[in-house]
Amino acid sequence: MNLRGVAAIYRFEMARWRRTLWQSLVAPVITTALYFLVFGSAIGSRMSDMAGIDYGSFIVPGLILLSVLTQSISNASFGIYFPKFTGTIYEILSAPLSPFETVSAYVGAAATKSVILALVTLLTATLFVDVEVQHPALMLLFLVLIALGFCLLGFFIGLLANNFEQLQFVPLLVVTPLTFLGGVFYSVSALAEPWRTVTLVNPIIYLVSGYRWTFYGVADVPLGASILGMMLTILVPLAAITWIFRTGYKLKN
Amino acid sequence: MNVLEIENLRKVYAGGFEALKGIDLTIRKGEIFALLGPNGAGKTSLISIVCGIVTKSGGTVRVHGHDIESDYRAAREHVGLVPQELTTDAFETVWDTVRFTRGLFGKPGDDAYLEDLLKRLTLWDKRKSRMMELSGGMKRRVMIAKALSHEPDILFLDEPTAGVDVELRRDMWELVRSLRSGGTTIILTTHYIDEAEEMADRVGVIRKGEIVALGEKDELMRRMGRKTLKIFLETPLNAIPPSLSDWDVHLDDDGSTLCYDFDGHAEESGIPRLMRRLDESDIAWKDLTTRQSSLEDIFVTLVNEEKQA
Ligand SMILES: Nc1ncnc2c1ncn2[C@@H]1O[C@H](COP(=O)(O)OP(=O)(O)OP(=O)(O)O)[C@@H](O)[C@H]1O
Ligand SMILES: [Mg+2]
Repeated sequence: MNLRGVAAIYRFEMARWRRTLWQSLVAPVITTALYFLVFGSAIGSRMSDMAGIDYGSFIVPGLILLSVLTQSISNASFGIYFPKFTGTIYEILSAPLSPFETVSAYVGAAATKSVILALVTLLTATLFVDVEVQHPALMLLFLVLIALGFCLLGFFIGLLANNFEQLQFVPLLVVTPLTFLGGVFYSVSALAEPWRTVTLVNPIIYLVSGYRWTFYGVADVPLGASILGMMLTILVPLAAITWIFRTGYKLKN
Repeated sequence: MNVLEIENLRKVYAGGFEALKGIDLTIRKGEIFALLGPNGAGKTSLISIVCGIVTKSGGTVRVHGHDIESDYRAAREHVGLVPQELTTDAFETVWDTVRFTRGLFGKPGDDAYLEDLLKRLTLWDKRKSRMMELSGGMKRRVMIAKALSHEPDILFLDEPTAGVDVELRRDMWELVRSLRSGGTTIILTTHYIDEAEEMADRVGVIRKGEIVALGEKDELMRRMGRKTLKIFLETPLNAIPPSLSDWDVHLDDDGSTLCYDFDGHAEESGIPRLMRRLDESDIAWKDLTTRQSSLEDIFVTLVNEEKQA
């Protein structure tokens, strides 16, 4: 193991994040705070409870995930795309690092940022609405798993992307809509058929439901399905990345 | 001892273009090897494969006996690379970026070594500057510092003096020599024949993915290096006088220059006899020069031979 090499990339990525703390942490937290303000405090007070939980509180886990999912993809995809774009990737490729080590360093750094972002967002939420965390350890575990999964997905996108538009495409046009439709703002049981069933095709439902369960103990889908969803979120992009490194596709011609 | 062994190395790029067509090359410990060739010959492709940046399509490459694929960690630890393009992280400081590379290669921090390295490259005063604040020449020196940060014993310099002014070029040559005397093996690519001629112990000429000449620089020059004696005449001649038919001479510049091609390394050049014969034939001259054919001539000859073939 080249742990020093992994640490070098990890530190480099975290330093880059600190340099742009405004856009990488402060901005997303402010955006989410605005949701709490509008949907939680302002509109929420006129909404009926959702699954027996005060509406403002109900949306907190989903909104945290919304920003974790998009930021994980942005951070991780940018982290690997940028050296490809500037050409400094040559150094990473020529270093005695295994693909696993390289991925661990980039994805580890991106996931760290996402987890910090989530916790800061959670703290911010408590300023606006009442939040309860029934299973704190599982809340953290699920958060880490989901962040890892989407950072892996982001890394995969960054490896494939040929330009900045392609980097933006998935988080903006796929993940954000799916998250909005993924039970962030409502409980699946509040939907009428056929939408209640159709919604279950959306993989993000499973993540949001499981994560919300760690807060309030209520879920739209069985907990097992959520855990399976988290595993797949990690395994699918991991397999894709492994394939890219095996073949050198797009990276080493 | 060989530090690098390349056998039948082939590269076909994704589009189907064959950039390397079975390269065989061995590099000896402690030498300066110049890889010479026109644009698109495959120099960067070759280096990129050895350094792990591009995957090979066939053949084997061993660094200190370690296969670059099955034993890549051991192989890569020995190698430092200064790429052709200046690619740096604009916001990083010189000191951070050099330390970063050392870390990437798994070496424990050694600030004393890095300080000494930056001083040798006259970058110490700039250690706190960010990359974007440096001139092109300084950036290139930072790239060299990065390549040497993990104390490799083989250094690849891909066109180290492209776009560099004369003074910096001299500095670069000086630096390369001092690295070599410290035991580093150096492989450099260049378009500049004089650079290879000035620096290299051995030269390889690559063209369209094939090595077309390879040898000791001196040996290569001796093998192909003919000399030419030019005699500038007082009065132009219309034709070669019969009295000079023993020599391989021809006229140039409308008959005002008499040229004699000879083997610079032969026992007998034939020059003293030629000069006596000129005197005897009453052919007056005002000046003369001799010129050794350079690698450039050799190169042009090789490339032309290829074209005709
Ligand atoms: N990624 C790539 N995909 C397809 N073809 C490539 C790629 N990289 C290089 N080539 C082609 O391979 C050939 C050799 O390129 P290479 O960069 O190795 O040449 P070079 O000798 O370094 O040239 P130069 O002196 O211009 O740097 C060229 O024809 C080039 O167009
Ligand atoms: Mg090149």
